[in-house]
Amino acid sequence: MELLLEGLKKAIEMILSGDPEILEITLLTLRVSITAVLVSTLIGIPAGMFLGLARFPGRKLILAIVNIGMGLPPVVAGLWITLFLWRSGPLGELSWLYTPTAIIMAQILVSLPIVTALTSTAFQQINPKLILQVKALGATKLQLFWILMKEVKLAILAAVIAGFGRVIAEVGAAMMVGGNISGETRILTTSIVMEVSKGNFDIALALSFILMTLAFIITFSLTYLQQRKRSL
Amino acid sequence: MTTLLMVKNLEVKAGKKTLLAVPLFEIQDGEVLGIMGPNGAGKSTFIKALALLETPAHGAIFLKEKDITNDLTLEMRRKFAVAMQQPLLLDTTVFNNVAVGLKLRKLPRQEVKSKVSAWLEKFQISHLAKKQASTLSGGEAQRVNLARAMVVEPDILFLDEPFSALDFPTKAQLLKDIKSIIKQTDTTTVFVSHDLMELRYLSDTLAILMDGELKQTGPTEEVLSSPNASTAAFINEWKSLLS
Repeated sequence: MELLLEGLKKAIEMILSGDPEILEITLLTLRVSITAVLVSTLIGIPAGMFLGLARFPGRKLILAIVNIGMGLPPVVAGLWITLFLWRSGPLGELSWLYTPTAIIMAQILVSLPIVTALTSTAFQQINPKLILQVKALGATKLQLFWILMKEVKLAILAAVIAGFGRVIAEVGAAMMVGGNISGETRILTTSIVMEVSKGNFDIALALSFILMTLAFIITFSLTYLQQRKRSL
Repeated sequence: MTTLLMVKNLEVKAGKKTLLAVPLFEIQDGEVLGIMGPNGAGKSTFIKALALLETPAHGAIFLKEKDITNDLTLEMRRKFAVAMQQPLLLDTTVFNNVAVGLKLRKLPRQEVKSKVSAWLEKFQISHLAKKQASTLSGGEAQRVNLARAMVVEPDILFLDEPFSALDFPTKAQLLKDIKSIIKQTDTTTVFVSHDLMELRYLSDTLAILMDGELKQTGPTEEVLSSPNASTAAFINEWKSLLS
């Protein structure tokens, strides 16, 4: 209990003192997580919509692969990204390994299947007669997709929240592809692991409080958006 | 009366199976045409094909004598409105539900507002305008569904068994109201049902559809009083049930 209180006290101290390193780590955490979720959302929602509504050969296989991707262990994602970005790898020339870009790539790899699969499930649950009714109301294809998206907006936002949850909690892949380099690729989760390994439990706890606060604020905002008064 | 919509040699298929085969069918301007048939007769398929929601395998479609077979565009589809058995309302307010067809056509906001208000009034649901569609009773939801179809002032209104899930008093009142609205607005209507009572009340003309084929068409009372060899058993069974 004492350790917890000490950690909380330390967290408040670190925030109030405006420790530049903590600020840098927190901002980088926000930058990589939000970028990864944004990219996953921009790709995952249209992909999920397509998988949910279209019928084509091989669709079930793709759905199965996406569903398997939801359980992709972060270290495996980290390993793949490392192999791709390694000097002799296919993207080695880009020199992205041990940069925030590599962390973003790994986070996209673990969150994209979640956003895609949950969005696809939401669209699969739409009554086919509703699609016909919206067409009968005179909707163009784009208008039809927009209306259907509004019909499943709660589920779509839940998919984004789940994707964000995965990204903000991710540590294994970030450690592997980012290397936890101070001032460059150190984010909150990798810092916590490092401080624990050094026995600095108070700092680790302080960082965890900051991480949880960030997660709470962002998830709360998304939930608020999800539960907002419904309008067309 | 002039012919508004005509189909020739219409054939709708699902794979190799023929769901519908209609050599000739006409809808006259201003008429209320009922289509009756047992379950699985192809009534909904017929409505979907007529409302240009399903592309037929074969056949020609004429609207006001113009061949639109190769022009089944959005513009053509927007000349029609369909109200289905389930209201299938969107997850928003009653006002927004009724407004959706107009918004899709990008009508000015003020015009949308005045048209929606007028149709809410006609269907006696103005007091529900701000209510969420999900909170409505079955009868209220079906009124919203019908108002949503009528607000776009369609050339042809297609009704696909919209009263079948309602209790008798609600159904009777709604039938009375829709009949009066159709008459006032002189809207050409195609009304599908398997309920003879509804069809008798609403339709000027009756078409009997069985096994994907039109077996008999004519003025409603004439078809009912003089069924042919193909329709006699079906119609007489209904008449005996009603009597």
